[in-house]
Amino acid sequence: MAEVVIIDYGMGNIHSVYKAVKNVLDKNSNVKVSTSFKDIKNSSHIILPGQGAVGSCMNNISQVFDLDEFKNHITKKPFLGICMGLQAVMSFSEEDEGVQCLDVITGKVTGFKSLGKNLKIPHMGWNKVEHTSNHNIWQDIENHSYFYFVHSYYVEPEDPKVVLGTTNYGKKFTSIIQKNSMIASQFHPEKSSKNGLQFLKNFLNWEGDIE
Amino acid sequence: MDVAKRIIPCLDIDQGRVVKGTKFKEIKDAGDPVEIAKRYDYENADEITFLDITATHEKRKAIIDTVEKVAEEVFIPLTVGGGVSSFVDVHNLLNAGADKVTINSAAVENPNLINEITNKTGRQCIVAAIDVKKNNQTQTWEVFTHGGRKNTGNDAFKWAKDVEKRGAGEILLTSMDRDGTKQGFDIELLNLISSNVNIPVIASGGAGSLDHLKDAIILGKADAVLAASIFHYSIFTIKEVKDYLKTHGVLVRE
Repeated sequence: MAEVVIIDYGMGNIHSVYKAVKNVLDKNSNVKVSTSFKDIKNSSHIILPGQGAVGSCMNNISQVFDLDEFKNHITKKPFLGICMGLQAVMSFSEEDEGVQCLDVITGKVTGFKSLGKNLKIPHMGWNKVEHTSNHNIWQDIENHSYFYFVHSYYVEPEDPKVVLGTTNYGKKFTSIIQKNSMIASQFHPEKSSKNGLQFLKNFLNWEGDIE
Repeated sequence: MDVAKRIIPCLDIDQGRVVKGTKFKEIKDAGDPVEIAKRYDYENADEITFLDITATHEKRKAIIDTVEKVAEEVFIPLTVGGGVSSFVDVHNLLNAGADKVTINSAAVENPNLINEITNKTGRQCIVAAIDVKKNNQTQTWEVFTHGGRKNTGNDAFKWAKDVEKRGAGEILLTSMDRDGTKQGFDIELLNLISSNVNIPVIASGGAGSLDHLKDAIILGKADAVLAASIFHYSIFTIKEVKDYLKTHGVLVRE
């Protein structure tokens, strides 16, 4: 039984996430889109989606929430950050001439552009995720399965222990992290067909790991 | 680079129904968009594009309803285009469940529209659709709008560079010379554009055989191929296309 809250802070297509979660929920569970602390407090699982640029993302979050209180809430129970929701939990992003992020996971966000190769940006389409550690989030998902990506920046966490999976695009980059009750993916499970739905199902069955 | 080349079936939608027809002639009802989209997802299509060809403006709202219904049941990227002319149009389609929206004539008429929209939505959800024909005298490609009826005289290469600079996340490049002919993509055009922009390019117009799709990717350097009739008429399944590409060394998602 899960009470899922998807945080709507005006950054992109939350409807896809809502529809995908709804598709995998069991009949005793509920999902709602909300920005209220009350809903976040009463939830069992939190999802922070998001697309677009990090500057407006952090700006929108700080307009809707008190940041300290927000950080407090999202580190207390199973949390899934998706795409911008991953980049937002890092310390700092180099996008938009440098933006301070939530700093729940130590590390920075940097652009594919700086690799200087002849890469098409955004990294858009289906790419493989290599599992770098065993975790319940990978239940019934084969190693090196394809997930859907669309992003121009990627995360570089300082602690290699938080890395759950990597992907190759110009270089091997971290495409999913996990620390305590927080999981955050660069790919979009809500757009990744069968594997993505299984991933969301696994998240809803997860109660968070205690260090 | 491990990102797979995408195979994108395109569905023409008229007032909420999938229709088949060639060059706006003999248009026939071909079914329910939800059922057809589900089948394409099941067959491992990497994305689905809906092109709204509803002629009357008032009936265009039907596409919103269609996108909503498909997005309830299909969990791969959905791209929607046809008659999109403002931020409100884009916003409504994204809200209904589209992931990307294509903009064509409206952007040619007012290029700032691309900047205006992508500043609000991010570049990932705007696809610039560019319809071109070759001018055999000048040996250059010219941009056409309004379903190919209006020649703008604009140079396709310059326009492609411009839409990239203005913030489009992707280019859907259609050769009007090849569209509907099944004679193969315009490889020269594709290669010219794809090699000179840093955003993904989707090849469209001319798919008739498996070799055509392969050539668009290998010779034309396309990041994705879009096709309508070969999938509509079940000439090939998506699996057949992917198997063929794989045997020629193209990375595809299976």
